[in-house]
Amino acid sequence: MTKQHANWSPYDNNGGTCVAIAGSDYCVIAADTRMSTGYSILSRDYSKIHKLADRAVLSSSGFQADVKALQKVLKSRHLIYQHQHNKQMSCPAMAQLLSNTLYFKRFFPYYAFNVLGGLDEEGKGCVFTYDAVGSYERVGYGAQGSGSTLIMPFLDNQLKSPSPLLLPKQDSNTPLSEAEAVDLVKTVFASATERDIYTGDRLEIMILKADGIKTELMDLRKD
Amino acid sequence: MKLDTSGLETTMPVIGFGSNSEMLDGFSSVPSFDLPRTTDFDGFQKKAVEMVKPAKGTTTLAFIFKEGVMVAADSRASMGGYISSQSVKKIIEINPYMLGTMAGGAADCQFWHRNLGIKCRLHELANKRRISVSGASKLLANMLYSYRGMGLSVGTMIAGWDETGPGLYYVDNEGGRLKGDRFSVGSGSPYAYGVLDSGYKFDMSVEEASELARRSIYHATFRDGASGGVASVYHVGPQGWKKLSGDDVGELHYHYYPVTPVTAEHVMEEAAE
Repeated sequence: MTKQHANWSPYDNNGGTCVAIAGSDYCVIAADTRMSTGYSILSRDYSKIHKLADRAVLSSSGFQADVKALQKVLKSRHLIYQHQHNKQMSCPAMAQLLSNTLYFKRFFPYYAFNVLGGLDEEGKGCVFTYDAVGSYERVGYGAQGSGSTLIMPFLDNQLKSPSPLLLPKQDSNTPLSEAEAVDLVKTVFASATERDIYTGDRLEIMILKADGIKTELMDLRKD
Repeated sequence: MKLDTSGLETTMPVIGFGSNSEMLDGFSSVPSFDLPRTTDFDGFQKKAVEMVKPAKGTTTLAFIFKEGVMVAADSRASMGGYISSQSVKKIIEINPYMLGTMAGGAADCQFWHRNLGIKCRLHELANKRRISVSGASKLLANMLYSYRGMGLSVGTMIAGWDETGPGLYYVDNEGGRLKGDRFSVGSGSPYAYGVLDSGYKFDMSVEEASELARRSIYHATFRDGASGGVASVYHVGPQGWKKLSGDDVGELHYHYYPVTPVTAEHVMEEAAE
């Protein structure tokens, strides 16, 4: 008597890729706008980037329903924080909150692969990269999602900075200017679109600086 | 199944008019883990782990010697076959005189070590004295025991210096807790044990011990695919812990095995025949 396997899974993968790069006084967060399921495209215009606070922007790929639920939890916790502390959450604080929120679903994980970008307390760019159950790390640049394995090696090649674990300590933020970082992101997504079926349609880029957030859009291949 | 949620409790005062609504103040109700509503918990966990592929894999080691405790680890995290990071902090600073190492699931280790740090601090505030290494490791072991069988993956060492001197305990997700003076945990541990055991002497100086620790991690990263990145070495003495070194293992390789340059003319002459 063969074991009956469940034919319904609570998870689905909607694909997509997210990238973030931290600079000396800016942070670039980018994601494509294609949402798929299996071999079908559900939407060519679905934003995967969510602003959580003035200095913290979350970009997530994976199962978008879980991403939406996660984003709602974070937004409401941020609102409570603002009421209690009379100020916005800093990016490192939001990073830890996200890690704890993900871990609280350790036995029924959010199928969300997150990259959190923003500015830290000193105004320097910071990027935090996560796995699905909440382990996180501050890095100079990160990529998550279906195209991440195509993009990360290239970012390592262009941006690889000394590890923050080395002693004596060396600075790990990228020396790129904001324009160079945006250009790099566009290049990287154009290439990923060529070889990843789940990445494409349009690229949404958010540039976070101390004085505000700018959004840029670029068309990607729609096939 | 009744889970021990004491590790998640907070002693924050209830703000608001004694209401229990989580939305009002976010702190009053004791948080607990969401469990999936399924008849086959283990099967679900197996499938969930395959799907999300949390980061793991490692080499960590710690040993007690004359001058205290030496703790070392690599810094690679892998998700399945993909290296998700080469700069993971696997030596976690619980407080200024206690360290914890991370092996197994990265999120599990990070979360429970942070939780342990909170409990140690609460112990200090409640008892007006620092917690012992034995006590801290027991707190962690008991927490993990209550989640036994649910798929946590934690292989950690708690190293510190308390009133009884240097202390080292190994704690794992089965709830096991072992006192010892030499441990290595992780996928690269067999390789690290080889180098560590053959070079170990109780009467080593701090420099000799840190070199032994560094070399053990290097050899483990050389042979184990799931270990790599930066070899970090920490020393725990009576004054607390101090980070001694952080070296990229790629560079350590050429430090231990320098490449002798070959004269090019020799080769060219032979090819001209």
